[in-house]
This record gives sequence, C-alpha cells and structure tokens, in this order.
Amino acid sequence: MKVLEEWLNMCGGCECSILDVGEALLDVLPQLEFVHIPVLMDHKYYGQTGEGKTLELPQADIGIITGGVRTEEHKEVAKEVRNKCKTLIAYGSCACFGGVPALANMHTKDEVFNKIYKTTRSTEPGEPPTIGIPPWTDRVYAVDEIVKVDLRIPGCAPSPDVFTDAVTALLTGKEFKLEEKAVCEDCPLKREKKAIAAIKRPLEPAPIAGRCLLEQGYLCLGPATRTGCGGHEKIPRCIAGNFPCRGCMGPIKWTGNQMVDMMGALATIGIDVKLIPDRLATFNRFVGGHNVLRPRRV
Amino acid sequence: MSEVNLKMAKELVIQPVTRIEGDAKVVIQLDDKGDVMDARMHTLELRGFEMFCIGRPVEELPLITTRICGVCPWAHHIASAKATDGVFGVTPPPTGRKLRELAYLGDKVMDFILHFYILSGPDFVMGPDADYTTRNVIGILKANPDLAKKVIHHHHLAHQMVEMISGRRIHPVAAVPGGWTKPLKPEEKDKALPMAKELLDFAQFTMKLAKENIFPKYLDAVKSLAVIKTGFLGLVTPNGTHTFYDGKLRMMQPDGSFEDYAPENYLDVIAEHIEPWTYLKFPYYKKAGKLVMDPDNPVGVYRVNTLARINVSDRMATPLAQKELDEFRKLFGRPAQQTLLYHWARLIELVECAEKTVNLLEDPEITSENTRVPVKPRAGRGIGVVEASRGTLIHDYETDENSIVKDCNLIVATGMNHAAINMSIKKAAKDLIKGGKYDQGILDRIEMVIRPYDPCLSCATHDLPGKIAMRLDIVDAEGKIIDTLVNH
Repeated sequence: MKVLEEWLNMCGGCECSILDVGEALLDVLPQLEFVHIPVLMDHKYYGQTGEGKTLELPQADIGIITGGVRTEEHKEVAKEVRNKCKTLIAYGSCACFGGVPALANMHTKDEVFNKIYKTTRSTEPGEPPTIGIPPWTDRVYAVDEIVKVDLRIPGCAPSPDVFTDAVTALLTGKEFKLEEKAVCEDCPLKREKKAIAAIKRPLEPAPIAGRCLLEQGYLCLGPATRTGCGGHEKIPRCIAGNFPCRGCMGPIKWTGNQMVDMMGALATIGIDVKLIPDRLATFNRFVGGHNVLRPRRV
Repeated sequence: MSEVNLKMAKELVIQPVTRIEGDAKVVIQLDDKGDVMDARMHTLELRGFEMFCIGRPVEELPLITTRICGVCPWAHHIASAKATDGVFGVTPPPTGRKLRELAYLGDKVMDFILHFYILSGPDFVMGPDADYTTRNVIGILKANPDLAKKVIHHHHLAHQMVEMISGRRIHPVAAVPGGWTKPLKPEEKDKALPMAKELLDFAQFTMKLAKENIFPKYLDAVKSLAVIKTGFLGLVTPNGTHTFYDGKLRMMQPDGSFEDYAPENYLDVIAEHIEPWTYLKFPYYKKAGKLVMDPDNPVGVYRVNTLARINVSDRMATPLAQKELDEFRKLFGRPAQQTLLYHWARLIELVECAEKTVNLLEDPEITSENTRVPVKPRAGRGIGVVEASRGTLIHDYETDENSIVKDCNLIVATGMNHAAINMSIKKAAKDLIKGGKYDQGILDRIEMVIRPYDPCLSCATHDLPGKIAMRLDIVDAEGKIIDTLVNH
C-alpha cells in the first residue's frame, strides 16, 4: 500500500507520534511503501529528474496530512495530495480542527505581523517579509475546509496506538471508527458527583490524590472532549501527568461543540462560567478553525 | 550527471528541504559563467505564537508553547515552566527541579537518536549519491536491518522511559509553575533505571560506531565542506560546565575569547534582524553593532546547538562524556568551526544525557514527594532559558496582576542558527557549483550542510515549521524557467 505524507501548518509532533509506534512499526512498515514523506525522505515537489514545472506528488493509496492550512502554498499542497490519493486522512488536531495555531484566528493578520516584526522585545522593527515566501491565508483552516477528507484522526498528538489501529484497518479493509464518548469515561479518577463552589486555576497541587480534578475545582475539559488520547492503555494522557484535560481530542462527536458542551457540564455542577478567565481560548484551544475563533470586533 | 548549460542561468530554487523539521527552500543565484553569486534559505511559514500567547493565563503557556514544536516540546515546556517560576517569583523544590531535568534529558536521548540515525544518518550510512528512495531510514532498514531494529528499539525505549516519568511525552504537562506535578514512585524509578542504563550502553555503542565506521570516511568533508568562522552561544553552569537545564549565557568570539551574561540580560546581547525574503528573523550578537552574513567576513554571527555547547563549555558534566570531549578537543581544538562536527558533538552530548539520566535516577532525592510549591497570581516578569537540543531557547513573559500574559517574546534556537545556515549554504554552493555544473549528489551535499544544524523550522516559525526538499529552477535573464532539477 502506497503512502503519501505531507505536513502543513504543524509542529512535527504528529510525525513523532508515528515514530513512537516503536517496534510495532516494524510489523507495519513492510506493508507500507512511502512515496513521499518530507521528514524521512528526499522526494521533492518538482519531479525526480527535475523537468516538472508544477508542484507534483506521486500517486498513493493513502494520503496523510498533518497540520492545518495557513498559507496559499499549503492550500496547493493539500489539493495535490487529495488529487493523488484514494483515501485522505487528516491526522492530528491541527489537520482536523486547526489546532493550537488556530488561536491566531483571534487576531487579524496585521495584528500578528505587527507583533512579530515590530513590537517583540528583541526585534529591530521592520516591514514584514514578502519576497519569495507564500502569503498567509486570511485565517487558519482545518484540512476539510479546503479538500474532502475521508478519515479524521484527532489528538495533539494522536496516540501511536490509534495510528497503528487505523493503518491496520485500512490494510485489512475493515472499518475504522473512533469512540464517541467523553474522556471522563476512561478516566481512572474517582467522581462523587458533588457540586463544587468555584473553579480554581491549576496553581497548586490538588489536595486529594485519586479524586476527579474537576470536582476538586480545577477546570478539566474531560466532560466535553472525545476520549482516545490514552491509546490501548485508555488512561487519558494529561491525567497520567497529574494535570486536567485541556481538550486536545476535540468534541465528543464531529458535530459537537466543545465550548457549549463544557459550559453545559459546568452549569450542571453549579459553576458560574463567567468567572473562568479566558474561556473562549481555553474551551476552543484546539478547535479554532471552521470559523470557531475570529478576530474580536473593535 | 545532468549538466545544464548555464550561460543564461540566474537562479536555482531548491524546494522543499527534506529530513529536517519544517518547511524551507534554498535559492541559489548564478552569474553568467554559472558560478554562485548568492545563496539563501527562505523559511516559508509563520504561526504567530508571540501574539496569541497574550491574553492567556500564564500557567497555560507551558502547555500552549509546547505546540511550537512536537519534536522538542520538552525544550519549550521546560523553558516556559522556568519563565512562569519567574513570573510567580518561586523556586521549585530540589526534587521538582531534578524531575524536570530527568525527563528533559531523557527526551534528549530520544531526540539525538532520532537526529543521528533517522534524519541525518542516511547521508552517512547510505551516502549522498545513493538514490533518494533508499537514502532514508527505510533504506537503512533494508540495508542493515539489525542496526535499524536497534535504533527503533532504543528510540522507543527512551520514549517509554520519559512517558513513565512524566505521564506524557509529546506535548507534556508535568512541568508547572513552582515545580512538577507527578512525583516519581519508587517502583517507577526501579523500572526506569535499567532503561536508562540500557540507553547509556546504546549511546556508547553509537559513539563507537560513528568513530570507527562513519566519521573517518567523512573526515575530508568535515575539514572542507562549508567551513565558516563564527562566534558561539550556549548555557554553562556558574563554573563553566556543560548544561541543558540552567546556567548563564556564554557568548564566545571566533577567537575563543568569551563573556558570560545572566539570562535575564539577554536583551543586552541579542537583537533580531528582519530580512524581506524569509518569515524567520535573524538573531545576532547585538554588541557587534550589526549583522553581516558574508561567509568570509561575518559580523555579529554566532552559532548555537551541539557544536556551540561543546565549544563554550569548559568541561562536560559526566566522566564518559568528558573523555569524549578530551579526544574531540585534541583533534579539532577549541572552538572547533567545522560545520559537520555538529554530528560528532551531538554524540558526545548523547553520552552525557544518558549518563546524567542514570545519575539522576540513582539520586535518593528523586523519589521525594515534595515536587511542587503553590503559586499565587501577581504581576511579574519571567525569563526562562534552556539549551534545547537545537540550541539556546529563550521564553520571556510579562503578566498583569492576575497573571494573565501581557507580553511575550520567544527567541528560538533555529532562529539563532539562521544566519550561519545561510552562510553555510552559500559557502557550500560556491565550493560545489562551478561553471554551471551540478547534479543531485551535489544538491544533497548542499542539504548536508543544513542538516548538521538540525534546523527545526517549526520552532523557528513559532514563527516557523519545516520540510526541506530541493528544487533548482534555472531561470534565464527574462525570468523564464529554462530547466528544473530536483533532488530526491
């Protein structure tokens, strides 16, 4: 099975998660023939012998895109991947929802460029660069806003187990489906279903070990977030690090809205959500594409 | 060898650069004779973290800034946590600090294995003239399956060890303002220690393999390919010892003289310059007064990452690494300027990280449950500096009285090497392309002078991510493309 991989507006964590599959990779690799994957392989856009005049990628059975779309060149690459593969996977939360970089959608391009090139402390102010580099799109897009996507695998980064499961399903022609339930359902911490007084910021250790962090007052996006980050072991990964969930898997269902779900969950335990600082960016940290986050109107 | 008549040729574009982290292209300008006039690397992305970190509660930044880079999330995580310590005015308990350092160094073991074997290794194991379909880790898997299996096993072992210590390896959460969330249980320590020891064996195996079978073949290239003369910057401990976690900034001049600075004073030492042709800025040595990226007469250019750290350090922190440093210095002096020596320096650091991981796990204090002090919101400023795998990394935050971020400045390692990478490319292009003659092996050799810096354009383009493939567009005087060559 031929595989074509591209990274767009990304951090490389998704690629690392694939390498983190470890020894199981040795079972999968012989069945996969990578035809293009910039992090591992020197295949270039413009043809082996160099006569190509347009950006061209090889044909493949599976295309994988990590990262959202931030530049006009990303758009072009996304379209070319779509044209050359039968099944397109949007891999990771940036490709699925825009991801953390889509927090930039809360600002205009001028605001961002002004900050980066004029007002950061160590920068000698100058005009933003424009020569020989692809221009920004008007905002960060999830991949499915640009091209049709066949399979979405969320996570920041996705669990290596999910990669292996998805590839194994594709190799054997079986259907691959993600669970539609909340992180809380796989969380080992104990809930007592008691109302809490107020939300605290995570500025000190939780007093009771082994007890639900939200019930101890620490904002946790578990109730509004799809489970699966913990892979086969199931234990949610931020919880494994003794920290509340920040929502990297996105909403429980594709059609869901993490912010609405979270506000509902908090309301049922008697919390005034208005008291939570920076809730727009906190509840939508990974899902700012699809026009979820926009510049504030002045 | 495809030879092209370059009488009319003017510009070669190499895109994308591969086996680095992020997205870039190289443009080489040729004169009428087909000799190189100029060459530079354009970084093609910008994400704008310094903008959208503003307005966030500062304790969230160790979680948000990890997304600058999924290859080295630990560097951002730790630099960020240290900056938040400063904002809140606290010092983590000794065990909190040690656990941060343990996970950080464990992750470096993994990162250095990744770079040496998977990103750069194919150039050495398969050679620059090998076909692109085999010049990669899958090619190594076929050519030398035992070695490839060893690499994947140990890479994964480091992953498992860091995950056990921290709960989460990619985009970690355990370093928080005031310390570390997850005390290490004695039974976890008992499992991690043999893993660390196995990784130390593998680090020594790698060093031996490289010194016996890989470096000797490339010593000529080391001495001649893209050698430039620059300053170097890195962290050292108060007594001048090599460190990744904390210390003072040491700026070394090309002649080996140096000055030390408190990290809080970084703005006295470093300024960032903008060029119109790349999203990535150019940090340079501010006291030089200006930045000149002429490979023969640079001004204000310093380098970071492995070779820089090896150069600025008076000594390594552990005995096996010290032995390696002694041997290295005897061969190449101090400071060593040859770009390809980054690979060698990286392996000395691999040995040290593995040794230090073992030492930290053997420290009785490591399983103490006192890992974190509580913090309270306040107006503050914090500057966190660490040595990322790829060089010095600076996070600088200022908050309002509720500890909401008011200002944020990030200077990232790959940015600091940006000027030097450009000079190295120019030098290599000038040396390798003459009279309009080049082929795909030459193009890979030009990429080979980029890879030692292990550029992470994701980091650089937090402001940048990276992919490097190379494409040469040969353009006539009217700007029409007359031929294109792509390396694979």
